[in-house]
Amino acid sequence: MHQVEIATTQETLLDSPEMVLNMGPQHPSTHGVLRVILKLDGETVIDLDCDIGYLHRGMEKIAENRQYTMIAPYWDRLDYIAAVSNGLVWVETVEQMMGLVVPPRAHYLRTILTELNRIASHLLWLATHALDIGAVTVLLWALREREEILKIFERQFGARLTCHAWRIGGMPNDAYDDFASDVRRFVSNFPKRLDEYETVLSENRIWLSRTVGIGVISGEEAVAIGLSGPALRGSGVAWDVRKARPYAAYADMDFDVPLGENGDTYDRYLVRLEEMRQSRRIVDQALDNLPDGPVNAKIPKIVKPPAGDYYHSIEGPKGEIGCYLVADGSAQPWRLRVRPPSLINLQALRQMCVGHLVADVVAIIGTLDIVLGEIDR
Amino acid sequence: MEALIALFAPINFIDEILLKFFSPQTVNNVVWPFIQIGAVVTIVAGWVAYATYLERKISAFMQARLGPMRVGPWGLLQPIADAIKLLTKEDFIPDKADRGIFFIAPYIAVASAFIVMAVIPFAPDWGVITDVNIGLLFVLAVSSVGVLALILAGWSSNSKYALLGGLRSSAQMVSYEVAMGLSLVGALMFARTLSLSGVVNAQAIDSVWFLIYQPAGFLIFLVSGIAENNRAPFDLPEAESELVAGFHTEYSGMRWSLFFMAEYAAMVVVSAIAVTVYLGGWYFPFVHRLTEANGHHNLYVIVSLLVFIAKLLAVLYLYFWLRWTLPRFRYDQLMDIGWKWLIPSALINIGLSAFAVFLVQALDGWRGFKTIDSISAGLNLTPAGKGIMIAMGLIGLGITGWLLSKINWRSRDFNLRLQRRNIRLVNLPKGKPAVPPPAAAES
Repeated sequence: MHQVEIATTQETLLDSPEMVLNMGPQHPSTHGVLRVILKLDGETVIDLDCDIGYLHRGMEKIAENRQYTMIAPYWDRLDYIAAVSNGLVWVETVEQMMGLVVPPRAHYLRTILTELNRIASHLLWLATHALDIGAVTVLLWALREREEILKIFERQFGARLTCHAWRIGGMPNDAYDDFASDVRRFVSNFPKRLDEYETVLSENRIWLSRTVGIGVISGEEAVAIGLSGPALRGSGVAWDVRKARPYAAYADMDFDVPLGENGDTYDRYLVRLEEMRQSRRIVDQALDNLPDGPVNAKIPKIVKPPAGDYYHSIEGPKGEIGCYLVADGSAQPWRLRVRPPSLINLQALRQMCVGHLVADVVAIIGTLDIVLGEIDR
Repeated sequence: MEALIALFAPINFIDEILLKFFSPQTVNNVVWPFIQIGAVVTIVAGWVAYATYLERKISAFMQARLGPMRVGPWGLLQPIADAIKLLTKEDFIPDKADRGIFFIAPYIAVASAFIVMAVIPFAPDWGVITDVNIGLLFVLAVSSVGVLALILAGWSSNSKYALLGGLRSSAQMVSYEVAMGLSLVGALMFARTLSLSGVVNAQAIDSVWFLIYQPAGFLIFLVSGIAENNRAPFDLPEAESELVAGFHTEYSGMRWSLFFMAEYAAMVVVSAIAVTVYLGGWYFPFVHRLTEANGHHNLYVIVSLLVFIAKLLAVLYLYFWLRWTLPRFRYDQLMDIGWKWLIPSALINIGLSAFAVFLVQALDGWRGFKTIDSISAGLNLTPAGKGIMIAMGLIGLGITGWLLSKINWRSRDFNLRLQRRNIRLVNLPKGKPAVPPPAAAES
């Protein structure tokens, strides 16, 4: 990673107009234990460097010593905001390697629940992003809506955050009795609430002046860095794994992909808000067409994918989360590699921040929507 | 009514007792002021504690939650619990801090905020601690000493975050003080005095609030007052998300809470000035006629005091409301607003107000047209004069807005919404499925 040159001797420190500011790992708005070393001229950022690894747990290595069914809970703790989405990429990878046929009802339920998780994740992003820019009330409003989704998760999976939602071959159990009505209630209330957030922020002069033209990244640069998810679509690049390589039941869904134009923080904000609306649309459709039937495929007692390697990715809330799996035919993977969207999106931080002020760094970290659990793994 | 009057008997009673021990002069000039100062300091200190409670409750009301509920009924004892916690906390001083300055900074902050209370007319007669004839100048002078405390705190902490906070606050408060001082000039042309009691009297005799003569001035004063107090959306010196806590990052325990008290006390001061100068102070229609005219002097003072407090609370509510609604400005945008919007508009306002006053004076006596009643206490206008003045105020608001947009139309932040197009929605073509559809796989 790029290194910030830090003046060390007394003389250079006194002579230079620059100041090195350590932001984090304990800082209210670096979204966890990210440490950003800023080189400032006054308040203008001239250089920065990210120091990561404070949350490293060696998840990929641990996975080499676990059976396939035992690895799923570790995935929940990657992007802990969107545990349901993370879990999906893992089970689908294994299913596809083994050639398991998952019943359509499971596919539909997976679609509904991952989209709800996307809404929950985007709501938490909105909450913290608004908090970073100073709009505290939006934080609690967004968390109120997220609470509704977490209640559904709690009833369905028995946990709110680290759900361990899926099993290889389907789902642990069918949707609970009031599932459809609970989801319908949320879906019918949600657009109204989303409009409320928009009235507070979208037209707000201060919000506009804090986000328009901040952290601009062009489509080409975004592709070169490998950005994915809303951060990529905010720059106007039309790429969505749900459309490009449909998984679960997305091939049957009808939805639009929002694209920004300027690639600034405001565009990414609008893209995420619109994605929540589209997610709601998908949930609505999936509920309408929810097929009956079993939710589990027949799977062997010990899951043993055939030897070989396989890559599968899904559109997580933060971006394209992928799983590269090398199996040697035993009950444990030979090597597991995660494609972490947050880590790759974070690479754009320096390019976005240089030339802006300290306050913008906070806004840009917010707009990248990073989760340190996934960056450090 | 009799019962109400009986409530105020103790005041006369204390007065009688005091007169037995001291000469009337000492009682009026020394003993009563001390009682008043004690009362004001106690009440404001108590208010600061309960303002935190009020703020938490109001923010909770806005954010769909309950706020403090555990300590006492409806959490009413929460401020007391907080105070005990803060008093018993370790008073931590960083290793490399400049100890002397680090110690003294919070006291400067509190002192400068509380001293200003001395000249504020809370009510007529004994509701005024002291009436300085340069009251407003005194207020502006003393409250700007508060900046010193923030700079010292930021500097002496020997922390980069605190230093940045201190620098921001000095730049912010210095530039907004200018706009604040200039915005008051318009109102002073009507009051014709700098004494705060004089300003209220001018409004009471004329039975108007200067707000209706000076809508532009009031808005400028309010915005720069909020900025001067470092409250959201101008709370950059202590911007939590960027600078951790700004200038008081390194403070803890009671010293930290002194800064907190200073902030709330300064809020009270600025709101009190806003109420005094623009909202008529303790004056409210009919109060004088119903009480003083019937011979109930103390009742008159008490009701006026309540009127003042009610207005004060209304302005303070505005503070809380803005804080919990708006995002925070960025440092350079804040300077833009100060120098490109508020100071020019304050200057334009002075010019327009002067012209309005000149116009009213020129029209007085023109073909038997009468606009001015008297100029003994402020500018007392006849209804016709008032009409002209109100019209001029509204026209002034329009002219100020128009001129400002002419000045600023090139700036980056001007009308950002119009420069933006919305995002577009595309229905991307569907690719080859990663997961083979179940039906296809089965066949």
